[in-house]
Amino acid sequence: MPDQEKRAGLLSPFRVLDLTDELGFLCGKILGDLGADVIKIERPGGDAARGIGPFFHGRPDPEKSLYWFGFNNNKRGVTLNLESPRGRELFSRLAGGADFLIESFVPGYLDGLDLGYAALSRKNPRLVHTSITAFGQTGPYSRFLASDIEILAMSGCMSLTGDPERPPLRASFPQSYHWTGSYAAAGTLMAHLHRQRSGEGQQVDVSAQACLLWAFSHAHVFWDLNRHLEKRAGSFMTGRSITGAKMRVFWPCKDGYLNFIIYGGEAGRRTNQALVEWMDSKGTAPEFLKNKEWKTFNIAAVTQEEIDQMEEPIARFFEQVTKKEFLEQVIQREMLGYPVAAVQEIFDNPQLEARQFWQSLEHPELGTSIVYPGGFAKFSDAPCRIWRRAPLIGEHNEEIYCGELGLKKGELAELKREGVI
Amino acid sequence: MQALEGIKVVEFAAFAAGPVVGKHLADQGATVVHIESHARPDGFRTHYPPYKDNIHGLNRSGLFALCNNDKLDITLNLKKAPKATDLAKRIAAWSDVVIENFSPGTMKRLGLDYETLRTIKPDLIMLSSSNLGQSGPHAHHPGFGSQLSSLAGFTHLIGYPEGSPQMLYGPYIDYIAVAYGAVAIVAALDHRQRTGKGQHIDLAQYEAGLQYLVPILLDYKVNGKVAIRDANRNPDAVPHGAYPCMGEDSWCVISVFSETEWRSLCGAMGDPAWTKEPRFATHKGRKEHEDELDRKVGDWTLPFTSREIVERLQGAGVRAAMVNKMSDLYSDPQLTHRGQWVALEHPEIGNMHHQRPPFILSKTPSGPTKRDPLLGEHNNTFYRELLGLSEKEYKELVAEGVID
Repeated sequence: MPDQEKRAGLLSPFRVLDLTDELGFLCGKILGDLGADVIKIERPGGDAARGIGPFFHGRPDPEKSLYWFGFNNNKRGVTLNLESPRGRELFSRLAGGADFLIESFVPGYLDGLDLGYAALSRKNPRLVHTSITAFGQTGPYSRFLASDIEILAMSGCMSLTGDPERPPLRASFPQSYHWTGSYAAAGTLMAHLHRQRSGEGQQVDVSAQACLLWAFSHAHVFWDLNRHLEKRAGSFMTGRSITGAKMRVFWPCKDGYLNFIIYGGEAGRRTNQALVEWMDSKGTAPEFLKNKEWKTFNIAAVTQEEIDQMEEPIARFFEQVTKKEFLEQVIQREMLGYPVAAVQEIFDNPQLEARQFWQSLEHPELGTSIVYPGGFAKFSDAPCRIWRRAPLIGEHNEEIYCGELGLKKGELAELKREGVI
Repeated sequence: MQALEGIKVVEFAAFAAGPVVGKHLADQGATVVHIESHARPDGFRTHYPPYKDNIHGLNRSGLFALCNNDKLDITLNLKKAPKATDLAKRIAAWSDVVIENFSPGTMKRLGLDYETLRTIKPDLIMLSSSNLGQSGPHAHHPGFGSQLSSLAGFTHLIGYPEGSPQMLYGPYIDYIAVAYGAVAIVAALDHRQRTGKGQHIDLAQYEAGLQYLVPILLDYKVNGKVAIRDANRNPDAVPHGAYPCMGEDSWCVISVFSETEWRSLCGAMGDPAWTKEPRFATHKGRKEHEDELDRKVGDWTLPFTSREIVERLQGAGVRAAMVNKMSDLYSDPQLTHRGQWVALEHPEIGNMHHQRPPFILSKTPSGPTKRDPLLGEHNNTFYRELLGLSEKEYKELVAEGVID
C-alpha cells in the first residue's frame, strides 16, 4: 500500500542520488517526502553522520542515531567507495540514469575523481546536480571549514542572538543545516522545472551562509536604509519603534515562559484590548490600562517609558498563568501570543493531533515503532508523507546493484571483499 | 532564459510568509503580481520599520522592499464585492499559481477559496500558507511568526539553561515555511505539466518549522529526554563557542570536534603551558572544565582581530569564523564574490541592497533586476495589457473604487 501511494507522489517518476553529509540531508529528504526515489550513497562502513546523537536509548551506534533517522527517512541506502576505480564506474552508471544528484563534498573533490558536474553532464545532460557547501563552490571562503556555529556566525545570525553584554549565541540544536537543506531543495526543483521545460540540466551551487540570510529577515535593512545597527537584545524585541523602545518578549509564568509582545496595528490593538479584558476578569487590570485608547496607540512611536509602565502589571498577571491556560485563552480570545513550548507540549498540541501530523514508522530491527513528524504540507491531490524509515548501512546494495545494475550476487560479494561497497 | 520564465503568479498575500515565496519565484523569472489596496496596503508598508530616514511612508518600507522585488503591484479592494470578487476571479483565471496567506477561512468568505477558483481554472495551483493550517481546532487563530517560533519550541533552545528563553530575530519560522512553500509550488508546477492536474497546498508554518527539530522530538518520544537551551555548548565539541576579539563587540567562533583538531588549535595558540595540563588532556576532561577552557581560549583570542584568528585557525585546519554584524554583510568578501546583493535604485528609498537567491543556477540567470513596486504602480500595465480589460471597464472599476 505505501508503495502504491508513493507512485502517486508529485515527484514519483524521479531518481535522486544523495551523497550529502548533515549539511544537505534535508534536501534529499524533502524530495523523498514528495515521492521521489532517493538513494543515499554512503561510504563503506556507513556515513560519519551516523555518529551524531541523540541515539536510540542513549547508546551510540551507527544504526541507532536519531539524527540519522530524522533526516534520512524516505531514502534507500547503498554503500560505495568513490575513490576505487570499480566504485567510480558503478557511480557513473547510477548517475547516468539519475534525474538529480545532491552532494556536499569539498568543492573540486568530485572533479578530482572525474565525477564532477562537467563529467557527469556529458553523459547525462538532463542531470540536475546540486552542490551544497558552507560558503559556495568558489570564492575566498570556499575552502573554509565550518560546522553549524561557524555558518551561523558568518551569516550574521549570531550577532542577533544572545544577551547584549554576553557572547553571541546559537540555538542549542543545529539550525543552519536545515535552512541549507530546505533552500537547496527549492533551488534544485527550480532547476528541475527548467529541465522539464527545456531539456537542459544544470548545476545548483548552494551556500549555507547565504541560506541563513533569510533566518533573520530584514535586520540588515536597518543598516542599509538608516545606518542603524540591529544587535542581539536577549529576551526583548527591538526595531518596532522609531524611538528605539524595546518590548519584552518572554514572561515567566507558573510553569515556564510565555511569548507575548505588545504589538501595534489592528491585530495588536485587538490583542491588547483582549488581554486587559482577561486581566480585568481576574480583577488585576489597573485603571490606566483599562482606560487606554488602543485605537490611537501607535507602536512605531511609543516610548520606552510608556512600554515599561504597561509591562509591569502584565508581568504580575502572567506569573499566575500556566502555559496550557495561556494557549487556551489566546485561542479563545483571539489574542496574539503563544507559550514557549518544550518538546512534550508539542506532542500534546491538539491542533497537530487533529491534523494527524504525527506518523508512526516501524523499526523492526529495534523491535519497535517510532513516532515522527509527518509531511511538511498537505496537498489536495497528492501525498506528502513519510514512506519508509532511514536505511541501514548498505541495506539496499543487493536491490540496487543486482536488481537494477544487473550485477551477480557473486560480484557483489567480491565488491564487498575489495572494499568497494 | 530564466528557470521560471512564463509562469504567472498572483499573490493575495501580505507580510513575509506569502510574498517571500513569490519573491523567490520572481527572482527566477516568473511574472508575479502582488495584490493590495489603498484601503488595505501590505502591513509591511504601514506597520514595520525601517522606513528610509525614519520617515513613515507607504513607499518607504525597507522590509516591503526586501520581500517584493521584481513584482508587479496592483490595487484591488476586495471589500467591493461583487465586482471586486469577479475581477479577482479573472486574475486567478489568468494565473498559474495563487499564493495567499490570509487567516484560514478568509478566502472562502471572499468567495475566492480553492474549490471556487478551480471551477474557473481547473488546473490551478494554490498555496495557502498559514500559522497553524487550514483545518483543526486552532486553524483560525491569528498569529505572527515571531511568536509561533516559541510554540514550535525554537526559543526554548536559545539562551542559558538557568535563564529566560531568548529571541530569534524577526518571524524566523515564516521563512522556514517560505522554503517549503517554494518547494511545494515548483513541484506542483512540474506535476501539472506532466499530468494536467492542479493542486491546493495547505502549508502550516508550525508544521514546516517542526521539520527542523525532528531529532529532538524523537529523543523525547524514544528516550524521554527534554531538550533545553545550553548557550553555545555542543555535546560533541569542546571548545565550542564565541570568543571575544579586538574591537567593539567583536567576536569569533571556534569549534573543535576531534583530538586532531584540538592539537591543531593548541599549535595555533603557540602550545601554551596550560594546554598540557592533565585536566585538558582528553575530550572528557575538557568538557568537565569547559568554563575555564573557554576563559583561556578567550584570553588568547582577545588581542587579535576576529579575521586574524580565523585566518590562523582555518590555516591550521580548525573550524573558526568571524561573527558578522549586520553592518558587515554587504562587504563580506564571500557574499560579494557570489553577487549576493544587488543594489537597485528606488524613487523614495534611494539605493537599496536586494537579496539574490541563496543558490546559483549555473545556466539560468536570476534576479533581482527590478526594485520593489510602489503601491498600485502597475495597475494600468497589468489590468489593461496583461489581463486585457478594455479602457472603459478599467476606468469604471477605478471610478467605483474597485481598483483603488
